[in-house]
Amino acid sequence: MTGAGAGADELTALLEPPEPPPVTAGARARALVSRPSAGDAVFRTLAYSAGGITVAIMLAVGFFLTIRGADALSVAGLSFFTTQEWSPETRTFGIAAVLAGTVTIALVAMCFSVPLATGTALLISEIVPPRFRSVLISLVDLMAAVPSVVYGLWGLFFLQENVIPVAEWISYYFGWIPVFAVTGADGQRLTDASQFTSSAFIAGIVVALMVAPTQTSVMREAFSQAPVGEREGALALGSTRWGMIRTVVIPFGRGGMIGGTMLGLGRALGETIAVYLIISPIFTINWQVLKTGSNSVSALIALRYGESSDFGLSALMAAGLALFIITLVINFTASTIVARSRSGAQSEG
Amino acid sequence: MTPDETLTTVLAADAVAPDAPTRPALDGWSRPVAPRTFRPQPGDDPIGPPRRIRGAAAEDAFNVVGALGAAAAVATLLFGWFTPMTGAVGWAVVTYLSFVVIYALLVALRADAQEVADRVMTALLYSAGAILIAALVFVVCFAVFRGFPALVNLNSFVQTMASAGPLDPLSVGGIAHAIVGTLIQISIALAITVPLGIATAVFMNEIGGRFARFVRTISDAMTALPSIVAGLFVYSAVIQLITHERSGFAASLAITVMMLPIVIRAADVVLRLVPANLREASYALGSSRWRTVWHVVLPTSRSGLVTAVILGTARGIGETSPVLLTSGVTAYLNVNPFSGPMISLPLQVFDFVKSPEPTMIARGFGAAATLILLVLLLFIVARIIGGKGPGQLSDRQRRARVARSHDDLRRIEARHRVPAPADDSAPASASAAPSAPKDPQ
Repeated sequence: MTGAGAGADELTALLEPPEPPPVTAGARARALVSRPSAGDAVFRTLAYSAGGITVAIMLAVGFFLTIRGADALSVAGLSFFTTQEWSPETRTFGIAAVLAGTVTIALVAMCFSVPLATGTALLISEIVPPRFRSVLISLVDLMAAVPSVVYGLWGLFFLQENVIPVAEWISYYFGWIPVFAVTGADGQRLTDASQFTSSAFIAGIVVALMVAPTQTSVMREAFSQAPVGEREGALALGSTRWGMIRTVVIPFGRGGMIGGTMLGLGRALGETIAVYLIISPIFTINWQVLKTGSNSVSALIALRYGESSDFGLSALMAAGLALFIITLVINFTASTIVARSRSGAQSEG
Repeated sequence: MTPDETLTTVLAADAVAPDAPTRPALDGWSRPVAPRTFRPQPGDDPIGPPRRIRGAAAEDAFNVVGALGAAAAVATLLFGWFTPMTGAVGWAVVTYLSFVVIYALLVALRADAQEVADRVMTALLYSAGAILIAALVFVVCFAVFRGFPALVNLNSFVQTMASAGPLDPLSVGGIAHAIVGTLIQISIALAITVPLGIATAVFMNEIGGRFARFVRTISDAMTALPSIVAGLFVYSAVIQLITHERSGFAASLAITVMMLPIVIRAADVVLRLVPANLREASYALGSSRWRTVWHVVLPTSRSGLVTAVILGTARGIGETSPVLLTSGVTAYLNVNPFSGPMISLPLQVFDFVKSPEPTMIARGFGAAATLILLVLLLFIVARIIGGKGPGQLSDRQRRARVARSHDDLRRIEARHRVPAPADDSAPASASAAPSAPKDPQ
């Protein structure tokens, strides 16, 4: 018993907070400062300057576009956003029409790419047998690296002629929906095949194929991170596979779905070459997506940079700045959503 | 009593005794006493055939095939006989829609609503994947197929367009100047991007802090940069301000602006995967920060970094619109990136297909096929090198590492063995004793 008593005493002694050390005048916590070695100082400087250069490049893009575009913006003022015409030589120019065209093409692209990308991402992450999975992932990633000019070629030489009957069919049966109508200036329905070429619809399909791989891989990554325990829980409660996907995978991957869609939207807004090759440029707002003629900000820049005067170039810079800001906002929102939806990326080996 | 029986009795007593009498008192219901724990002996139950948990049952296959046939029949009836609808695409759409409906009905004959939803959604997901992947593969195959006539003329790869006009056949002229231009431009872009991009990623991971978070935000935002805006930027900042002429160097700067964020982001992800305890081990051994980065972090993630660079290259090599504004179109071979226009493959494709001449368009497809094959090659190289996390070694690398480790061991042993035979005096042998116990003392 004495041994046990001694043990208890020791225990209480251990549990007691230790006596604070006697405070002497002027004593402070020791500052944990070390002098970095010469190599470390160089390394820090180099790393900081690399980060600084990256930031500087980005800021320089905005800076130069603003400086160069300021000339045109000060002349045009607010009418820059409301004018549809583009003739800087006569000082009447604005991005209303090209911006509307950009948005139309991007929306058409989203209508095709989002369902296809979501379906493909779910298919790859949930349904396909594991031995095909890595093949499909590589294939989709490879397609994201295919140059945009290749998609443009396909759109120009294959899709253009083959999609016209489809466009005619849609406008024939669904012409009562204003977006699908193809009418002339007097409101008369147009049925001539030449009225259906080079439309925002065709450009949108091509852009959809270009952005779908990116969207697919963002969404697939989000879906595949859905927790295994919850999946198994849903299946163990008697859910079917689609029930499991609907109740576990999709709610978990919703951030990735939204983020992937917006990343694709950002790319669709900025796409140049494929759109340039397909559309026939017009400078009026055309909401009839199946009808010939559309435009986009980037196609406008590619179209007019060569023949422009100094002031015309300034106007193009202003248009580029507007595009830059729009895509920046969209992509920044997207990457925030994606980053927030992801669980911690820390690893411990 | 065998140990098993004791256990069962104790467990049963524990489980039943305390609450069996109290239960009826609580809610007035008398419940049967909980059954005793039953442990099946191996061999009690006959083992049936293993249940198939993968693959489709024959009935599912029948449902799919039957629904497809019925849908095709319905569409044909609608298009050929009952309604004035025409067109192959409309037929396909009607077939697909009626397939979905008929398939749902067929499944519903034998299953409940949840199962129907499961089957129909699976069919929809399969068709979405099939449409997208088939379309993507078709786009690439279309370009390669149409480019074939130009590619079989081997002069495409050695001649330039300087000697060939729009009306010349494919056996004259080629895209050698564009291939050379592409390689020069991408080399310059890589020379800037690789050090800068990897250093930025190292900065974000190894130094951190508020500025690093800001850099990460900015480089994320840079991936959003529309390619034509990158071209405009270089045009206004470099061409208008400094050089006053289009050049290959300006084009590679524009490509750099496009590639940099891709490389930074990919390298960032790879560096983040390096286990923290490797770094800690290095610091605990007393190495400085840059030695840790140089000798531990970067070698560990080497394969991932190479993949990041190659993926960035594949994207940079195919950029058209930044090059459109900055490099200029030429038919001549120009190997000097600092003066005169220098064309690259994507720009050459763009330039060719704007021509109305069929031979020029064929040349355009040939250049596009070359570009695709180049990207494909890079991608395959990236897959071979990369795709592995940091520290995951191939068999060859593992053998090399084992061999190096043995070398180290031999070196260390040799260093310790040298003084022992040279000096056989007492202090030397005492110091050598722990490491050489077989010393004949």
